[in-house]
Order: sequence, then structure tokens, then C-alpha cells
Amino acid sequence: MADTIKLYPPKPDKVYFYGTCLIDLFYPDAGMAGIQLLEREGIEVVFPEDQTCCGQPAWTSGYHDEARKVARSQLSLFPEDWPIVVPSGSCGGMMRKHYPQLFRDTPEAPLAAEVAGRVWELTDFLLNVCHIKLKDLGSPATVAMHTSCSARRELGLAETGPRLLAQLEQVTLAEQVRPEECCGFGGTFAVRHGDISGAMVAEKVEALTDSGASTFVTTDCGCLMNISGYAEKNRKPLQGQHILSFLWERTGDKPEGSS
Amino acid sequence: MSQQTGASPSDVRQFHPRARAAIENPKIRRNFRSAMDGLMSKRRNAFSGWDLEALRDLGAAIRQNALAQLPDLLEQLEAKLTENGVRVHWAEDGEQACRIVLDICQARKARSVIKGKSMVSEEMDLNHYLEARDIEALESDLGEYIVQLAHETPSHIIMPAIHKNTGEISELMHEKTGTERSDDVEYLTASARQQLREKFMAADVGISGVNFAVAQTGTLCLVENEGNGRMTTTVPPCHIAVTGIEKVVPTLEDVTALLALLTRSATGQHITTYVNMISGPRKTEELDGPEEVHLVLVDNGRSGIYQDDQLLDTLRCIRCGACMNHCPVYTRIGGHAYGTTYPGPIGKILMPHLLGLDETRHLPSASSLCGACGEVCPVKIPIPDLLVRLRQESVNGDQLHPARVRGHGSKRHAGEALAWKTWQWVHAHPAAYRMGTALASRFNRLQPGKLGAWTRFRTAPRLASKTLHQRLKERDS
Amino acid sequence: MSARDAILNRLRHRSGGELTAPARDFSVLERPQWSTGEKVRRFREAIEPVHGEVHQCPADNWIDCLAEILAQKGTRKLLVGNAGDPGDSLRQAQRGDLPELMIYDEPISSWQAHLFEEVDASLTSTRGGIAETGSLILWPTVAEPRLMSLVPPVHIALLRADQLYTTLHEAIREQDWSAGMPTNALLVSGPSKTADIEQTLAYGVHGPKELIVLILE
Repeated sequence: MADTIKLYPPKPDKVYFYGTCLIDLFYPDAGMAGIQLLEREGIEVVFPEDQTCCGQPAWTSGYHDEARKVARSQLSLFPEDWPIVVPSGSCGGMMRKHYPQLFRDTPEAPLAAEVAGRVWELTDFLLNVCHIKLKDLGSPATVAMHTSCSARRELGLAETGPRLLAQLEQVTLAEQVRPEECCGFGGTFAVRHGDISGAMVAEKVEALTDSGASTFVTTDCGCLMNISGYAEKNRKPLQGQHILSFLWERTGDKPEGSS
Repeated sequence: MSQQTGASPSDVRQFHPRARAAIENPKIRRNFRSAMDGLMSKRRNAFSGWDLEALRDLGAAIRQNALAQLPDLLEQLEAKLTENGVRVHWAEDGEQACRIVLDICQARKARSVIKGKSMVSEEMDLNHYLEARDIEALESDLGEYIVQLAHETPSHIIMPAIHKNTGEISELMHEKTGTERSDDVEYLTASARQQLREKFMAADVGISGVNFAVAQTGTLCLVENEGNGRMTTTVPPCHIAVTGIEKVVPTLEDVTALLALLTRSATGQHITTYVNMISGPRKTEELDGPEEVHLVLVDNGRSGIYQDDQLLDTLRCIRCGACMNHCPVYTRIGGHAYGTTYPGPIGKILMPHLLGLDETRHLPSASSLCGACGEVCPVKIPIPDLLVRLRQESVNGDQLHPARVRGHGSKRHAGEALAWKTWQWVHAHPAAYRMGTALASRFNRLQPGKLGAWTRFRTAPRLASKTLHQRLKERDS
Repeated sequence: MSARDAILNRLRHRSGGELTAPARDFSVLERPQWSTGEKVRRFREAIEPVHGEVHQCPADNWIDCLAEILAQKGTRKLLVGNAGDPGDSLRQAQRGDLPELMIYDEPISSWQAHLFEEVDASLTSTRGGIAETGSLILWPTVAEPRLMSLVPPVHIALLRADQLYTTLHEAIREQDWSAGMPTNALLVSGPSKTADIEQTLAYGVHGPKELIVLILE
């Protein structure tokens, strides 16, 4: 589905950071980690204060008028031509792939297309624009990875997370069955079709725990709260973390888990 | 018919309880999981060594090209088939199509009809229609035959009896046809062969579907493994093919590419055992083949889909079933839960046009939009985008692009609409958003532990004590 | 208005306006030109896993090959066409080591039950084969009617090695199918099979249980 060829920009001096509403409210640590990773690469991070939500929940629920109004309020937040980095495949996919659809037949269409073209998912940006080299300071660990469907299929980033993890010398990536299968989040789907979503997340948690890892990392907060929430409620030995938090913890100044 | 567990118009309204029942049925879960796992891996292997993206691009272009000339191609097909001696009929809907088939049968004083696999005939509910008029309609595809014995409908468009395991089928055949109980698939298959051969010899009419209709040569292509398609279209004196109007392509060259995609996508086969290419009835000097061949072109909502540039993509479908094989929802609930002729992702984007969005209101939302369907579709139908479009249609959610599908807006409720309006106001007013989220974070201990369906399976996500906005503000000050 | 006119009218006057037809690039179907030996190898590689039985025989001595296979199978009645090869060759051979030959020379209605119940095997020619998919091209004719390759439990087909095409795409082009198709044309790629019972493969569900291809070299 990543049907356009991606041309990565040269590494810039500055980027816009679009934190996403889930990170803002539930996982600010992951947002901070992402910002710190970028800053360590020598990039100045600009956080537009008026950012709220990309509009995706309303878009996928069919409330396109509402999605458009929210997205319209966000379009003007990126006046300079710096890349816009997003610590989420889902929100990144919304902005990169669906803004042009959302603003079809509106005066904002050219602006939406221009903004969409500058949107990068953060792990993709670190790997392919910053060419980041991670130095693992943590102790040996085995983790499993869940790449969100939007990162995997909308943005074509199936290999990005694993390649970043592979840079960490002490980290072993655990193999799981059906890594490409959805965890069952899907936004409002998890509530509207609770039984189906519940059956999906149960199998995803099983696949992840069967991998032998007790920790999994993921690119997306929706998957994270879905999978971790199921594991916690059902007392499964599985902890989740946003991949950015994990990368920062193992390579930052004071890595956790180091001896 | 009281035991029927397949599609009837009201079943689709019962999507939630039907899905739940399937999820709680370990046999269904096991049967589908193992079948879908096998099909996914077969498909993957079948395309190894191919430039799959280029092939899918070609598949998409072939279907788009055919649709772009659809009325011309249909007229060309009709002219060519007529020249070849095939009689062409047109039906606005399933009822009309049934009537046409019945008229042909009655003109021949037919009492028994043998059928090859045809999803359009399922759409028409043809078997019940004929049986109600004292014409026996017997399915000959082994899967369809099993499903018919059980008074069910197909649970998969390619593998109709995939919801049943060998034990269940053995029991069913024992009860209905008197074969010995056995877990030997060879034996069960041989028994069905015996029973059905009698029927082929006695049948007055054979009815089949069509995979591709070629306008240039007036050729109906039928793709199958069992040989029942050949039997159906060769042994009885009269053959009636039924198909949707979208199945026509300009040339045989188009068929080569679609065939390469169809069988590999469907079952991971390089090709099926038989590819039938039927261009006319038996000629006077020929010794076998049907004396009469008819083609019934069925619209049934398709020309409505055709009007809209985005929805049009739905009509590219070549009915391979790969979208359902790869769908995590279909894998959990199986085909019958949908209560529709076509289950799975293709059913979710096609059935609303056939039955109306009011009837099918639960289908477009029954997807996590994971995109697995679109990723494997051999003709690149953007299924997730179409699901989003139908969700918009369900709630009349876009004033700029008004809804047009029959039954649109049937899912719009004042309460939900108000909730989204409120959501929109908060998120389009950044200051209000910051104030509200800061306040919520501050009092995060008061957040409810139960959040409806979410917390039936999971703990509630916990609000951080400070938002990212606040953390950055503090850091930078 | 008739259903036909109503449907065509809606299609012709679509509210979205005229559609443009995209270009189709068939180059992805092209394959390198394989030698005859390579085509034979690929043909076998494709058809044998789906239970197609292949024998390579000298073109001038295929009857020996056939006689041996039929003797092994214990075939008693072999159905052949009513004119032309391979039926004529067999009839003229007058050999004692062949099964009784039945000739398909009457309309099916007059002997359907016999065909279904008495014939052990049939022998037909082919119009060539497809190496990539292991397929036989059959265009049944007045001399070799359609049911010959469908009803008997064993179908034996003669395939000339020099009539193997690389792909279906090539065969259709080389044989110029678009100039006109017969009433019935077929690709046959193995014996009849089904996986409708719990995805377990079983052969011979409606058509032949065995397909034997004699490649004549």
C-alpha cells in the first residue's frame, strides 16, 4: 500500500514534532524520548503548541466533517518547510496518506498535499534520514516487536523497528508467529466490535508471550494500550513499551537496566 | 430450510450476536484459523519468483481498463456470443435473473438442474427459487454439495464448506446419503462422485458461473479443479451461465494475467486443474456438449456502484477470496457470521450496495482497517479506503461529498453525532484542548476504571500525570 | 425499457463522467525463451506435484510406451476418437497387446451410460502444452469430443514436445486464439481434484482420477 516511492530528504537542522493525542495524554515519556533522540542527532525540535489531534478517530469513524475541521486547525502549524516527524505510524499514516483524501475538493487541498509530503514517522526518520547509530548501554535483554498495521502497510515500515533494534548489541529480537497480524486495536473498532477485537488481542498476546520475551515494543500507542491492557487484565507476563522509550532508555545518558 | 444458517436478509442485522457466537465456538475458531494459515502460506509460495507488484499493477490496470469500456464491452460480448449461437439475457436484479432461468427451464420442461459453483446464483438465491417451483437444483461442487446437504450457505466464496471438518462432513453424508461414517477423505469424495454422476446424467439443465467473459471472442471462462464445472457445462443438453455484468474483459490476453493472479491468490495454485473456455453450443456435427447455451448478465446493484469514481473500484473484484483468507476478523468469526452472500472484506464493501446500508450497517465498521486485505488484493482494490467511505456514508458524515449509497445515514444517531461535534470543538480549539487535557491529567486518579467494551478485555489506559505539552513547557521555561 | 437498455443506459450515462482506460503493461508475463528440453523439464516440474503422470517417449514409437502403461494398469477398454491421430494409428497398429478399443462415433445421448460406466481410459491428442504451469491445451473436436477427456477414470494425452509453449500468454499469441475460438477449449493441468473436505486433497472427484501425459520427442 506504500504505493508512492519515498524520497528521503537530507538530514535537516530543524523538524516539527507532532506528538499525537495519545502520547500527549497517556505516553508523554515516549514523546520526550523521541524528542531527545532527535536532539541527540543534532536536530532542533520545534513543538507547535497548538497541536491537538490529527483527526484520525473521526476520519475512520466516518465523521469526515469533524475530522476535516480538526485537521484544518492543524494544517497551519507547520509554516516552515521543515520535516514533520510523528512518533506514530497511525497518525503519520493519517497525515501522509489521508490528508489529501480528507481535503479533496477544498481550498486547502494544495496545503494538505504539501504538509502530507513532509510527514515522517519518527523511527523511519531516525533510521533513514538521520542514519542514527545506536550505542547500546543496557544489559542483555530479549524483546518482541509489534509493528502497527499502519506503520507496516500504510507507510511500508515493516523492517524499520527491527533494524533499529538490531543496532542494539545486547538486545535479541524474539521471533513470534504471525508478526504481520493486527493486534485488534483499530480505534473505535475495539469498542464497537469488542468481541472480535478481544479475540484478536488475545491471540496477539499469546503470540508475543510465546516468543519467549517478557517485553514487547511497538511503534504505536493504540497497539500498546491494547496489548498491554489485555496482558495486564489477564495477568499475562508481558510488559509493553513504546519503541522510542525503549531506544532512549538503552542509549541515553542514564540508561535504565544498566549495571 | 429451518436449519439454514447462511444468508437471509435479516441475518446481517444480527452481525454482533452471530460474530460473538462464532468467537465462542472453538470448532469454528480452529477450523478457520488452520485453514486461513494454510491458505496464506500457499499464496505466499505461489508468487515466489514473480514480480508481484508489477503483476498486481497489471491486474488492476486490466480491470480498470475493462470497467472504463464496460457498456461497449457488454455490447460486443453480446454480439459475439449471439453470433456464436449463445443466447444472452439481461437481468436488473436477482429476482429477474431467477425468472429468466426459470423460463428457460420451463421451456425445456426441465425437472432437474445440476449446478457448478456460482456466487452470483447464491446472490440470486436461485436454488430456493427453483425448488419452490418444483425444479430440483443440485450443487455439484463438492463444497457446495456438502453445504447444500446441511441446508447451509457457503462460508467462503472459494471453499464453501471450510467451516466443517471431516468428522462433521462424514456424519452429514451418512445421515443424508447413507454413506458409511469415515474419516477417509478419499472415500467420502468417491461417494460424492458416485452420487453426483447419476445426477449429471439425469440433469436437464446445467447452471454455472463465469470467471471471465471475453468480449472479443465471445468466450466464457470457468476456472475449477473438480471437473464439475466441465460436467455441468457439457453433459446436460442445456447450459445456463449466470454472471455479474462486471466480469467482462476485452481480450483473451487479459485473461492470461487475471488467471495468473486468480488461482495463486485464491488457493496458491499456479493454475487450476481445469480452465474451461466456452464459446458456443454444440455444433450440428459435434457428438457432445449442450445444444443450448445461455448467458444471464446480472446487474443487481452493480450499475449503481459504477456511477461513483471511488466505489467503482469495488467492481474490479475477481472473487479470489484472498482478502478473506488474510482478514483477521474473518479468521475469528468465519463466513456465516456475516449473514451475507459474500463474507469478509469484499462482502463488507460489496453487500451494502446489494442490500442497502441500513441492512448492512454493522459491516463497514467491523474492521480494524489493518489493511491486510488491500495488501493482498490481486487487482489492488483499496478495500480499507472503501470501508472508510462506507462508514462516512453510514453516518452521512461528509457534507462536501454527500452520501449516495442506498440506506445511507442509517447509522447516524444524535448522541454519537453530538459526541463527535464536541470532540471536534475541543480539538479545533487548542487552548481549550490544553486546558482540558491538563485538568484531566491532574485528576488522573479519578479516571474511571471501567470503559465499556474496552475494559471487558483490558485494563483502562492510565492518563499520565502531566501531558507532553506540560512537560515540554516546563522543560523549556 | 428492457432490462438490457436500462442497464446499458445507466452505464453509458454514469454520473461520475467518462472513465479513462489505463495502459496495460503485459511485460511481467514474459519469460525467457526456454529450449525444448527446458520446457519439458518445467512442464514435468509443474504437473507432477499435482499428480500428472508424465512419460517421455520417442515420437515414432509411442504405441509401445502406451501399451506398456495400459498393461500395467490393467486397462480393458480404451476410448479413442473417431478419426485422425492418435485413434487411427492405434486402430491400424492391430496389436494384440492393446486393450479393446472403443470409438467415440455416436452422439452422446445414444451411449451416455456406457461411456460413464464401461470405459476404463481414453486417449486424446492435444493442441500443445504450457511449460510454466504444466497445462495441456485441448480443443475438443468432432473427432475427439469433449467428454473423452472428462468422463473415463483415466485420461491419456499425447503431447508433442515441440508444441510446448513457455506460457499461456505465448500460446494464445502463437496459435492466434483471438482469430476464433472453438465451441469448447480447455486447459487441463492434472487429474480432477478437490480440497473441499478440510483442505485435504483428493483426486478424481468428478473428472479423471489419473492423467497420463505422453511427451513425444
